Amino acid sequence: MHSKHWISALALTAGLVIGGLAQAQTTVRIAWYSDGNEGEVITDLLKRFEAQNKDIKVVLDQVPYKAITENLPVQLASGQGPDIARVVDLGGIARYALDLRPHLKDAAYWEKNFGPFLPWMRPEGDTKAITGFMTQLTVTGPFVNKTLFEQAGIALPGAKATWEDWGKAARDVAAKVQAPFPLAMDRSGHRFFSVAVSEGAKVFDAKGEPAVIDDGFKRGAKLVYDWHQNGVMKKELWGSVSGTAYRGANDEFKNAQVVMYQSGSWQIAQFDKTVGDAFDWIAVPSPCGAGGCSGMPGGAGLVAIKTTKSPEAVAKVMEYLASEPVLSEFYARSLFVPGHLGIAAKGLDYQGASAPAKAALKVFSDQVAQLSPVAYQLQGYTSNRVIFNAVISRLGQAISGEGNLDEAYKRIESDIAQQIAERKK
Amino acid sequence: MASDAPIPAAQAERAGAANLFAAPLAVLMRLIDRPMQVLQRLIGERRMAYVFLLPNLVFFSLFVFLPLIINFVFSVTGGAGLFPSERPYVGAQQYAYLFDCGSFLDPSSCREDHFWRGVSNTARFTVFQVTAMVLFSLLTAVVLNMKIKARGFFRAVYFFPVLLSPVVVALTWKWILQRDGLLNAAITSLGGERILFLVDPSWAMFWIVFVSIWAHMGFYTLILLAGLQAIPADLYEAAEMDATPRWRVFWRITLPLLWPNMIVVIVLALIRGVQTFDEVFVLTGGGPGTATLMVVHYIYETAFANQVQNFGLAAAASVVLGVVLFALTLAQLAASRRKGAA
Repeated sequence: MHSKHWISALALTAGLVIGGLAQAQTTVRIAWYSDGNEGEVITDLLKRFEAQNKDIKVVLDQVPYKAITENLPVQLASGQGPDIARVVDLGGIARYALDLRPHLKDAAYWEKNFGPFLPWMRPEGDTKAITGFMTQLTVTGPFVNKTLFEQAGIALPGAKATWEDWGKAARDVAAKVQAPFPLAMDRSGHRFFSVAVSEGAKVFDAKGEPAVIDDGFKRGAKLVYDWHQNGVMKKELWGSVSGTAYRGANDEFKNAQVVMYQSGSWQIAQFDKTVGDAFDWIAVPSPCGAGGCSGMPGGAGLVAIKTTKSPEAVAKVMEYLASEPVLSEFYARSLFVPGHLGIAAKGLDYQGASAPAKAALKVFSDQVAQLSPVAYQLQGYTSNRVIFNAVISRLGQAISGEGNLDEAYKRIESDIAQQIAERKK
Repeated sequence: MASDAPIPAAQAERAGAANLFAAPLAVLMRLIDRPMQVLQRLIGERRMAYVFLLPNLVFFSLFVFLPLIINFVFSVTGGAGLFPSERPYVGAQQYAYLFDCGSFLDPSSCREDHFWRGVSNTARFTVFQVTAMVLFSLLTAVVLNMKIKARGFFRAVYFFPVLLSPVVVALTWKWILQRDGLLNAAITSLGGERILFLVDPSWAMFWIVFVSIWAHMGFYTLILLAGLQAIPADLYEAAEMDATPRWRVFWRITLPLLWPNMIVVIVLALIRGVQTFDEVFVLTGGGPGTATLMVVHYIYETAFANQVQNFGLAAAASVVLGVVLFALTLAQLAASRRKGAA
């Protein structure tokens, strides 16, 4: 009996000591979503961080994309959010972001390497804060099923081909090989604006306020609308749902049902893994229009949140993840276009990628230089999702036969004005 | 005698475990007994009922009344702040936005056209769904009440979809109805043309009504079946002796005696119909266009899916929806009372 008591007492003491040690650890929570394998990569990297920093425990909450766009803002507004979050609505989340500068060892490193992207993550009116870094720089652009072109005996349009050229080619190929989707484009305002900006949309007036409906926008909208009327695009994406719902055609592309798929660089890792050698797929430069040949820049940023109780620990985690060797490994293993100027300049060796994936990454990386200033301005605008959502909701209605384009234009303008007024109240 | 018999080990173990929980409970009861006696002396025996109702009332207030009040407060405020203290008072402005219409019959003439499209779709959905649901549930209940073979099996089969999550139901049907789904595979294998069920507005509305009935009919059938089994058999025997035609038996005996259950079914189906969201959201996403956009979907979109989360407008729409539901329930109850009095 006595020995049993001794064992119990020892276990209790050990438990208390271990518990005490555990309490001495600072916990940093990260809310993270994944498009491809980046969740696995970051988990590996964080394990290494924890091994080097025994006083910090990092909890990675892997959540769906929808939780980041819809639930996270409410969590942050209530002060109950994570310490760090991977977000795409950079402007929308910026007001909850922590300025890391007082806690960083070398703020100049951040300015030098993330400079052009830092304004995307700053609260409105702030010109200096450093709140995070880009876990990936994305560029929108088309993927093409090259095998279907070859089977149809139709040549791929050249480097400076227009959207109309691509639409016609995709329709001809689909007709010959009986593919159900000649051209598919994600139901996303961001993707639509790569067409609209190429067609000359200016989006903002001289004062920098939204002035979305202009001739360039109308050319882009009419193109997409007409494609739905003449069968180049099918209504399953833009016309099948209501409001702001996102729809992608990844599965259809993987199943060789799509001739040309307007999406973006974040799909490369997924296609590399899932398409395999089922067919030849390539990324092609952004098609051209009256306003140029621009895609839309974008990406996901890892942002520190100001309600954190441990800003020092958060800064330590962020510094580790943003350091050049760690970030190089992250980009290379996730097959992402780097959002770090130093790494981009040196070039990345995507060792695990197949030849088509490497070629696609090069196409998208080369596109960065072609991006229109309007595209950058729209991406940096804090209320850009207000514009994107109004466009998909109203253009989607017109495409599905509820009203016409003119009515959609009026509604887009009033939706944007109403939401921005609500935000300013 | 029985107490002398040895108690089996398992039974003794169970009794021991029960005592383990019962003992502290008994101590607790003894502890509160004295104060309760004092309280009863102070407020009187009749008022003690309120003391026992209090815990439930507290929970009800906390999780029903308080959110209702908060929702109403949000509906008279504006801005994008989350806490009422961060939101400016705007009076009835959100309601004015909702009701700013050229013609209530033409949603496109309304400022908040999606709200009115949602109202129109919800009304159509509810009328079709409730009517069909009540008819099919009644028919199924009557058949399942007959002495048919494998009655237990069929009762289970009809009830099974009720156990499924609405998301599972919607995803299963989406898989059946999509372009390359099971139904189109069957149609094309028979030489027919592929039909885009979820892209055509009329088909989309038909299928959300159908799927909703398929998923929930078992529940309402069960309520009606219970009602049918409670009807005294001697009434049917008397009717049989009088050689009353079967349709007359149904009309004069079954239906009047089943009416209380029918009211329950109609009220529940109506409330559920007006609140429909999850299945439709997953199956059609409110599309094509806004053909299956429901009011609750509009509220969700307005409050959460937009970058500027307009809680004020969404709360105002919720209040309007709540008032409609309350009015419908009152009307149904009044109808049932009139029928009962008659």
